Amino acid sequence: MKEVINLPVKNVEEEEYHINMGPQHPSTHGVLRLVVSLQGEIVKSLKPHCGYIHRGIEKMCEKDTYPQIIHLTDRMDYLSAHINNHAVCLLVEKALEVEVPERVKYIRTIIDELNRIASHQLWWCSFGMDMGGLTCYFYGLRDREKILDIFEESFGSRLLHSSYTPGGLMMDIHPDFQKNVKAFIKYFRKKIRDYDDLLTGNMIMQMRTKGVGLLSKEDAISYGVTGPSGRASGFSCDVRKHHPYGVYDKVDFREILGTKGDTFERYMMRMNEMHESMRIIEQLIDNIPAGDYSAKMKAVLKLPAGEYYQRVEASRGELGVYCISDGNKTPYRMKFRSPNFSNLSALDHISRGVKIADLVAIGGSLDYVIPDIDR
Amino acid sequence: MNSIFEYFADIFHTVKSLLTGMKVTGRYFFSPWEIVTQQYPENRKTLKMYDRFKGEVIMPHNDHNEHRCTGCGICETACPNGTIEIIQAKIDMPDGKKKRIIDRHIYHLGMCTFCGLCIKACPSDALAWGQEFEHAVFDRSKLNKTLNQPGSSIIKDIVE
Ligand code: SF4
Ligand code: SF4
Repeated sequence: MKEVINLPVKNVEEEEYHINMGPQHPSTHGVLRLVVSLQGEIVKSLKPHCGYIHRGIEKMCEKDTYPQIIHLTDRMDYLSAHINNHAVCLLVEKALEVEVPERVKYIRTIIDELNRIASHQLWWCSFGMDMGGLTCYFYGLRDREKILDIFEESFGSRLLHSSYTPGGLMMDIHPDFQKNVKAFIKYFRKKIRDYDDLLTGNMIMQMRTKGVGLLSKEDAISYGVTGPSGRASGFSCDVRKHHPYGVYDKVDFREILGTKGDTFERYMMRMNEMHESMRIIEQLIDNIPAGDYSAKMKAVLKLPAGEYYQRVEASRGELGVYCISDGNKTPYRMKFRSPNFSNLSALDHISRGVKIADLVAIGGSLDYVIPDIDR
Repeated sequence: MNSIFEYFADIFHTVKSLLTGMKVTGRYFFSPWEIVTQQYPENRKTLKMYDRFKGEVIMPHNDHNEHRCTGCGICETACPNGTIEIIQAKIDMPDGKKKRIIDRHIYHLGMCTFCGLCIKACPSDALAWGQEFEHAVFDRSKLNKTLNQPGSSIIKDIVE
């Protein structure tokens, strides 16, 4: 005889339920699991679960010498690999009080900015895709390819370069570097108009993003949201302006600040940053001084015992490297303050009360890279 | 009245912005010379990588099957992840002394992160980047390579 179970009848309209977005979900851009608590279509709260791609990079750093650490930082935020390398290089150079040649500073700054453009291009692709515009993906990747070709010509690889070493560069830039970068800037100035035509001006995209996913300046500061996402809320946090490194103190560029802090503003921040990056490159590319591509360094680098901190502006926000050295050739402890981790922490706050479809857009506008969150 | 006007204005703007976007795709549709896709497996014969392309670590040999590696093991220590294994051999020199030479220079391609530290560290420039990039194999043991060719010896003029 079948047993009849009387379940209590609930009002499904009012009941809160949980769904897992991820770890395998196209809109999380990696293995991030968001446990979203929904009421109907409205997001009530959300819990990010990280750690699916945790590789223990900070622990691995403790057994590696300083030049060896560089290649691990590539693998955190792989879309701004050069900038991550730069952070560790600057830290070691600061600790050892090494003066790197002017040429290295110029080249590093140009390459960082190229890397930032490439990263924002890929973000634009995936943001367009999150909003349902698959076409964007191909246009963005087409232009990103040009930058990757420049990188490949000079440093031999496209994504994970490991091309900086403490004291300078692994190898000098290719003789055609300047010519190709100038050609790229000219090309991209033209093509970025396509981006505006395709997505920025699109009314459907604007209606879905304007006034959605608000983050106030106070909240941006207290969650530590930096980078374009933080600046969209009016939080002036550009490390390149406030703590210049490389040759950022010699170039003229604007720190673009938003006012509203909605999804659309975060979108516009990155579009405008690409223009600013191109301006920075244009000011530097003709003035690269001649000289060595690396300072003379000892074969074994030993940092004097003590604590060091260095920050750089990665394409998603402030990347901090904190290092305790006990005088050995490997660090005693290495800690990375990754921008994406802090940016992700604000996601719950931003997305309370929005529709689930807008959550995808908000996530896209925060532009998180999961390996950087988990490290 | 006003809201009805706005309603239609919105529709108008939306259609206009969609058409602007479609103009871009339409333009590329009718200008096939702007297409940048590479037909990869078909263009294998003509595909040329950049000179500095990091495909794999190789040990260049000259025509007499000679390389520059002294077997010092510096690359092994420079490598961050134990990709390189140096197996040394001892040979008797004519003057009665024993000399250390390279027996096998084992390179585990599957573990390599292409950081380039080994090539930079090598004091006798014995290593270089190779251009090969089609590394897919059915068995991962095929990725363990011995870089010095069988029967090879060291170029005479290398001093340790
Ligand atoms: S390239 Fe780097 S990971 Fe690969 S063998 Fe050389 S040192 Fe090791
Ligand atoms: S490849 Fe270079 S570093 Fe490595 S064992 Fe041979 S000579 Fe020494």
